[in-house]
Amino acid sequence: MAPLVEVRNLRFRYEDGTPALNGVDFRLEAGETVALLGPNGSGKTTFVMHLNGLLEGEGAVEVCGLPVEKRNLAAIRRKVGIVFQDSESQLFMPTVLEDVAFGPLNLGMSRERAEEVARAALETVGMGAAAGRPPYHLSAGEKKKVAIAGILAMEPEVLVLDEPTTFLDPPGQRALAGLLNHLPQAKILVTHDVPFAQSMCGRAVFFQNGAIAGQGPVEEIVVRFGWDFALGWSKSRP
Amino acid sequence: MHHVVLERWSRGASVLHRRDPRAKLAALVVFLIVLATAHRDLAAVGAAMFLLLAGALVWARIPLAGALARAAVVLPFSLLFVGVCWLAGDPARGAALLLKSYLSALAVLTVVSTTPLPLLLRGMESVGAPRFLLMVAQFLYRYLFVISEEAQHMSKAAASRGATLRGATSGSERFHAAAGALAVLFARSYGRAEDIHRAMLARGFLGRFRTLHTLRFGRADGVFLALAVLAPVALRAAIERMP
Repeated sequence: MAPLVEVRNLRFRYEDGTPALNGVDFRLEAGETVALLGPNGSGKTTFVMHLNGLLEGEGAVEVCGLPVEKRNLAAIRRKVGIVFQDSESQLFMPTVLEDVAFGPLNLGMSRERAEEVARAALETVGMGAAAGRPPYHLSAGEKKKVAIAGILAMEPEVLVLDEPTTFLDPPGQRALAGLLNHLPQAKILVTHDVPFAQSMCGRAVFFQNGAIAGQGPVEEIVVRFGWDFALGWSKSRP
Repeated sequence: MHHVVLERWSRGASVLHRRDPRAKLAALVVFLIVLATAHRDLAAVGAAMFLLLAGALVWARIPLAGALARAAVVLPFSLLFVGVCWLAGDPARGAALLLKSYLSALAVLTVVSTTPLPLLLRGMESVGAPRFLLMVAQFLYRYLFVISEEAQHMSKAAASRGATLRGATSGSERFHAAAGALAVLFARSYGRAEDIHRAMLARGFLGRFRTLHTLRFGRADGVFLALAVLAPVALRAAIERMP
């Protein structure tokens, strides 16, 4: 069976010449949840931005068999939904409902259909009651849920979450994990939160200096790269 | 913050709030033309227009004192021209300018505080306002909240490190501190703008804002528009005909 996402020898340099990705190969299968781990500046976020054409590097990126290139961008952005680290950047419409409907309207849905899918997505994340509220009145956890609803409303096949637990308190993290576990899409979680990755993901991919330094089960990867202190620390907490 | 208050006021449910934004915009344009072209008996016309606007604000259950204070935000700008008129030996013109600018601001505030921004922009779009301009207005309004929050965070961070305006020994030091803070705020806003643009592209944005709102111009809107257009015209005509 063809993978949902296939990346071959992806290379990317920023405009100032700084190399960010140095030949990344990656596959994501249907239904899989993968954690992208690695130090700050190792290329994780840069990598996921290639998956729906926000950045364009050298090499091959395919989503559901479609090459990520200009003529396919509309279809690709429907298939790959990215939830950004800072929800504040994603929530720019005056009300929660309008924000969640932003993507569906861009996909060409009628107003009625867009409102219907937006309301359904808000219900999925447990934010149906906030439809008429302005986004800036929400808590960090609520903003994150609305940002996820905004992506779910586009009915993507792959969900990419960049640092999903940032700004969330432990109950918020637990609620997010519960929500994500119920979503059928394949997921890529860019995170530093090892316990969260361990609870969510079957596989971890470790980025270092713009390349994949290793991949495998989460526990094995965090031990191999010395990130297991975070696991021990989380276990030692009361 | 003014924008937070206006946003809250605009979410009201009065008869005026429920009117189609196009009717309110048309009434506003007529009001501004009637006001701007008034020259005779300006004090009486101004008083009548003021009562008209105050009545509309009270009818919409907008706090009158708060609205009157917020409309005064234009005064520092008009005072500059008033000063020029005064120096040119034409204080009457300066007073007229002051009166007209304040009443114009109050009229705009009446419309803005009774119409949620998305509806107002949708109304402007449907009467042919440039879409790009409306998009900029929408972002500006939305991110006023984010930028003012960032400014507050920066101010708290500076205060927590012992910085106070009073601590600056000279005007020059204060100027440098304020300029530095503004530069950082600008850089952050710029970074934020890039993030937002990326997030919009990720959700299929192709350069055109589509919204859920559909506007309906009903009979009540027609009656409102007729009354709102007639009222300032009739008042001015009546005052100017008085002996």
